[in-house]
Amino acid sequence: MTQQLDYLKETPSQTAGPYVHIGLAPGAAGFDIYRQELGWDIAGPNAKGERIRVEGVVIDGMGSPIKDVMLETWQANSEGLYAHPEHAGEVEDGFRGWGRVITDFDTGEWGFDTVKPGPVKLPDGKVSAPHISLWIVARGINVGLQTRLYFEDEAEANAADPVINLIEWEKRRQTLIARKTERDGKTVYRFEIKLQGPDETVFFDI
Amino acid sequence: MLKPGPFYQRDREWHPPAHTPNYKTSVSRSPQYSMISLENNVSEITGPTFGHNDIDPLDKDLIYNYAKAGESAIGERIILHGRVLDENAKPIPNTLVEIWQANAGGRYRHKKDTYLAPIDPNFGGCGRTLTDENGYYYFRTVKPGAYPWRNWVNNWRPAHIHMSIFGTAFCQRLITQCYFEGDPLIAKCPIVNTIPDPAAIEQLVAKLDLNATIPLDTIAYKFDIVLRGRRSTLFENRPEGN
Repeated sequence: MTQQLDYLKETPSQTAGPYVHIGLAPGAAGFDIYRQELGWDIAGPNAKGERIRVEGVVIDGMGSPIKDVMLETWQANSEGLYAHPEHAGEVEDGFRGWGRVITDFDTGEWGFDTVKPGPVKLPDGKVSAPHISLWIVARGINVGLQTRLYFEDEAEANAADPVINLIEWEKRRQTLIARKTERDGKTVYRFEIKLQGPDETVFFDI
Repeated sequence: MLKPGPFYQRDREWHPPAHTPNYKTSVSRSPQYSMISLENNVSEITGPTFGHNDIDPLDKDLIYNYAKAGESAIGERIILHGRVLDENAKPIPNTLVEIWQANAGGRYRHKKDTYLAPIDPNFGGCGRTLTDENGYYYFRTVKPGAYPWRNWVNNWRPAHIHMSIFGTAFCQRLITQCYFEGDPLIAKCPIVNTIPDPAAIEQLVAKLDLNATIPLDTIAYKFDIVLRGRRSTLFENRPEGN
């Protein structure tokens, strides 16, 4: 049996279901149990860079907002560094770069506050345009969906981004670009995720 | 010295496809265009890390973590335990495992659950823990009840515990469900049956583990979790070209 491959198989995914909040955001499910829920403070108090808000909605194939969706975010700090032991460099104290985002159960709208990430240097010498990675789970989604949010006001960096350039169709690239708006003097990016239809958001198999 | 490299690609024939008509909700929530395949890079091989400051020791004890003083949750007392490994069978230490579930009557503590089974005042239904240095985790809870759901007119979910696991990289992120050995509802569940391969379904069934029970106190089930493994970098592509 020496030539047998002994790899294990990854545990198969199952939907997060309608009650994902109980486990990952119990306050939203209607009860208070933990000393602290995780994922509500992405950047922390000491992060440098521009404070921004990101808002959006996830829309199903019927054109309706998905009200029970949950997203997780993962991003670098304003200097393009990730809070992870394999990424060299120090991030600000309290910067985690990871967040959990739930919707308003009545409207499906979601939003989160963070700092705008910087461009990320890649090992091959290329540079990734500023982006936030998103992971989307909900009832009816069998395997969490991965996508990326890029910023409208980074047109030059986006045009050189190696991931955006993997997408053959110019029109589909636009589905990854958050639109810049302003409210009360604060920058708000709008990002609508469409699960189906001609404007379906690009999802990645990473 | 071998450096850790990219993760093995996810076997999309082992996981459920997005569009699974017998699980009706998936029909309008499944992307229809092909995903863009992306080689792992910095954003994918990094991911959030957690420590003991993030959680409390009692968080992993669902029988008591929401109970009033001197009381406890109602139901069959179980230990759910196992290891978090990668596909190379290497343990993943210090990784966050979160669970949520219905109570023993099949009712969730959630504003949106209106099933007629009662809420247990001493049961919240969620827990979390970090794996130890050997990738080992354990929870104490009650076995969840089966419950009906609207899909076909008469669908029942087998007893199950939802599980969320991180690993070390954002590309390992996984949510799944743990079922219990011997439950006749498993084979009839349209959500379970989104998974095409019976061997993959078997991987989601926790086994009765008499050796891990606490005699006269708590029964035990074993559930190992496998996250994506990664290659070692043997030969590197030179950035300037070969």
